[in-house]
Amino acid sequence: MSSTLIINILRFVLLVITQVLIFNNLNFLGFINPFVYVIFFYWYPIKGNRAVFMLSAFLLGLVIDIFSDTLALNALASVTIAYARPSIMRFCFGVNYDFQSFSFKNTTKVQRVTFLALLVILHHLIFFSFEILSIAHILLILKKVLATGMVTLILCVLFSSLFSPKSE
Amino acid sequence: MQRIINFVLRYRNTFLYVFFAFIALVMTIRSHSYHQSKFFNSSRWISGSIYGAGADVSSYFNLKKENKRLVEENQRLRKMLFNAQDDSLAPLDSTLAVYQVLNAKLIKNSFTSPRNYVTIDKGEKDGVHQDMGVITTDGILGIVENVSTNFATVQSVLNTKSNINAKIKGTEYFGSLIWDAKNYRVVQLIDIPRLVPVVVGDTIVTGGMSSIFPENVPIGTIKKYDLNASQSFYNIDVELFSDMANIKNVYLIENKDREEIEELESRTIE
Repeated sequence: MSSTLIINILRFVLLVITQVLIFNNLNFLGFINPFVYVIFFYWYPIKGNRAVFMLSAFLLGLVIDIFSDTLALNALASVTIAYARPSIMRFCFGVNYDFQSFSFKNTTKVQRVTFLALLVILHHLIFFSFEILSIAHILLILKKVLATGMVTLILCVLFSSLFSPKSE
Repeated sequence: MQRIINFVLRYRNTFLYVFFAFIALVMTIRSHSYHQSKFFNSSRWISGSIYGAGADVSSYFNLKKENKRLVEENQRLRKMLFNAQDDSLAPLDSTLAVYQVLNAKLIKNSFTSPRNYVTIDKGEKDGVHQDMGVITTDGILGIVENVSTNFATVQSVLNTKSNINAKIKGTEYFGSLIWDAKNYRVVQLIDIPRLVPVVVGDTIVTGGMSSIFPENVPIGTIKKYDLNASQSFYNIDVELFSDMANIKNVYLIENKDREEIEELESRTIE
């Protein structure tokens, strides 16, 4: 139990550092800065306490916000995907998810990528909508969500296959 | 009572979510209408130090280009100095100069969000304070917003909240410089009256109406223009001189008369 806790704290710190020092400065094509820290919500243990999960999501978002001077946008998006995660999982993995014995090993690659993609899209939609907060910029919002979401998804899939947790 | 408690317990996660989302929303909406939060911004000690360490490493990668740019600027300034009419080669009396200039390095840049802030490595300790103008070697960058002991955050011109007084070079027609968040190379100049002759390629400089920037600091050139909805003012697209994606060394300008001007103006309004 305590080893999972340490792994998650380590993950939290490392993701914050990679996000703010590397991915916030990527500026790919002039505007794409992927939010790879979304993978935290993919890796977080499924059976953990939901309140603790949401608290850590809020803190993760807030810390990244302080670094990027986008106060509380990341926190808002993170808390929302943390809250929506069980529903998204039920949607992606079907009834399997409700069993106690559920683990990522019994799922197909397609199911996992869908799960990740839904997390990324929800996060980006909330982030960019509240960042601009104007209906007049709807095309700009959609462009940013699609382009950044695509890059985030590719990077998250790469990360998840590079550093796959062994038994969670 | 029992049922109320049961109800709360059953939906405790939803309540928790609403609570967190509410805090985050309040912070977000405040950041849209007010200044940046005083306590949570990247000029704070820990975030500033981490960015400083990151910038120490990454600054080596474009050292050569940055040096070249600074030498070119020096050359331009030398030329101005030698061609100056008055004998400005006499030692400057710093107590008489209205504008003081400090230099700083960028440790965090940002230009992709609609509200961009950059962080610099000078703070209160070095004499930086709120509302100082910040310029790059080529043009303007923004205005200091928050200051900590060792760092400061700067509201970039690429910020939808930014509003800087600017004019067409050589004339006295001034307007406001704003940004529509679409392209980081182009900002908008509004409120230039229709009777002003506007030509594509004209230079835009800062106006003398603000006590933050000195007059005639270069901003950019006119890219295209059209009339606004009421047909009486121009909306001008201005292509910036400074490449916002690639800035390392900046200068901070302090107007020594600012306090006096501000005080006088606030007294007049009362």
